[in-house]
Amino acid sequence: MTDVDWIGAALTAARPQAVAALLRYFRDLDTAEEAFQEASLRALKTWPRTGPPRDPAAWLIFVGRNVAIDSVRRRARQEPLPEEAQISDLEDAEAGIAESIDSGHYSDDVLRLLFVCCHPELPGTQQIALALRVVSGLTVKQIARAFLVSEAAMEQRITRAKRRIADAEVPLPGAAERGQRLAAVAAMSYLVFNEGYSASGGEASARAPLCEEALRLARLLLRLFPAEPEIMGLLALLILQHARSGARFDGQAAIVLLEDQDRTLWDSAKIAEGLALIDKAIRHRRRGPYQIQAAIAALHAGARRPEDTDWAQIDALYAALEELQPSPVVTLNRAVAVAKVRGPEAALTMIEPLGDRLSGYFYFHGLRGALLLKVGREEDARAAFGRAIALANSPAEAAHIRTHLDRLMADSVAAGGAK
Amino acid sequence: MLYAFLCYNNEATVCSWTKEEDDAVMAKLDVVHRKLVKQGRFGPALRLMPTTTGATLHKEKDLVLDGPYAETKEALLGFYVIDCDGLDHALSIARELAAANPGGAYEVRPVRLFLPGEPGVGAA
Repeated sequence: MTDVDWIGAALTAARPQAVAALLRYFRDLDTAEEAFQEASLRALKTWPRTGPPRDPAAWLIFVGRNVAIDSVRRRARQEPLPEEAQISDLEDAEAGIAESIDSGHYSDDVLRLLFVCCHPELPGTQQIALALRVVSGLTVKQIARAFLVSEAAMEQRITRAKRRIADAEVPLPGAAERGQRLAAVAAMSYLVFNEGYSASGGEASARAPLCEEALRLARLLLRLFPAEPEIMGLLALLILQHARSGARFDGQAAIVLLEDQDRTLWDSAKIAEGLALIDKAIRHRRRGPYQIQAAIAALHAGARRPEDTDWAQIDALYAALEELQPSPVVTLNRAVAVAKVRGPEAALTMIEPLGDRLSGYFYFHGLRGALLLKVGREEDARAAFGRAIALANSPAEAAHIRTHLDRLMADSVAAGGAK
Repeated sequence: MLYAFLCYNNEATVCSWTKEEDDAVMAKLDVVHRKLVKQGRFGPALRLMPTTTGATLHKEKDLVLDGPYAETKEALLGFYVIDCDGLDHALSIARELAAANPGGAYEVRPVRLFLPGEPGVGAA
């Protein structure tokens, strides 16, 4: 890697810790962010010459704090300090600081920062935008692109979120509330991942970084809570899904279904890491939704060919998930496994009662169409596919359903000709 | 003499590498690896999964804790076994590896006992 590459990677990795500590000093997100920004600029100047400091986060916190304090003083005194002398002061001091900053604060700081971003008063969209801006350090432009809104609108969303939490004192909550807030942070990471994962076609390149950021957030969470099985499950789930990303779209950016994917394109190192995490989580014997979903993803990842997939086990896992977290979407997913194990009729019976609640859901009509097709109700299937296309979230989704419809048309033409 | 090269680096940084960055580092290291293979000096080498995937058994209390034994700024991320002429030679190889993969440290230690995993071999 070039200088800029490794410095960039080090800055990215150090950012949550550094911004979190600076937030503790300044109690203001904007000041903390500016101080980090300034410290990063100094790092870009200094590190190529000195090499990476032993603890990049500590360096950035120290420099960021001093720069911010100096700029406050300077503003107060209205007289500029000699810039160069200031920098060399910082460098002299740098050697000794790595150990002097209390690293015991680190995890509490980062936790507080994550809790601030996932403040219960903020709606989900603002939580995500704020976390991506403040914790991950994406630019407003990058976030705006990922969420398909204008830069001005995203800027406003973030500003509004900051204003909303500015007055909210955020002490570290006690153990019980901590669990709840941790769940909110985990959910936020999962949403960020899905925002990236569900993108396709032209959007995919703009939104793919969201998956990387979500993975980074989940890794950070697991470092903060190394013995929390649900966080292991969350990370495992994200890693296992991400492992398939190389096979999910074809050359024309169209969706490739799980059973049609070239499994040699799956990232085996990532799959192994996901499996190791699940293995570890299960030892705790405290099952939870992320662990179950990760276990389902693991069964898919572990099948060398689609026909090797253990659908009965997947059915059982979805049943467990339904119990923990009843939702029509979970039942819908379970129906896919049920169709494989007990046939399309059983699956149809399972999803028919969901019609009311999922009538606006693309996947419901897509799956229903496919099942109807399998039991020979072609007219109904065609209607279901038509609904699905109308509800598609992306051109790739619509195109995928259209291929079903085309096949249906071709089949009925062929059948008509045979008569 | 065989030396173990213990690779330490900041795990958060290494995990932050994109696939492209990771591949670039591995490609650079591969050049050094191949040279050592050609010289017949390259022993087993391995890269560990992140510390979050592992657990530690504390022997006295038979206590299993998630994560690495020691919470350190730099984690043990992998190691090499390389046949070196001596410490100076080992350090020069470490410098070559470091040029390909900056950041962190290599701890270089002579190997006292090497069991390559085949039955009956290496007991000396």
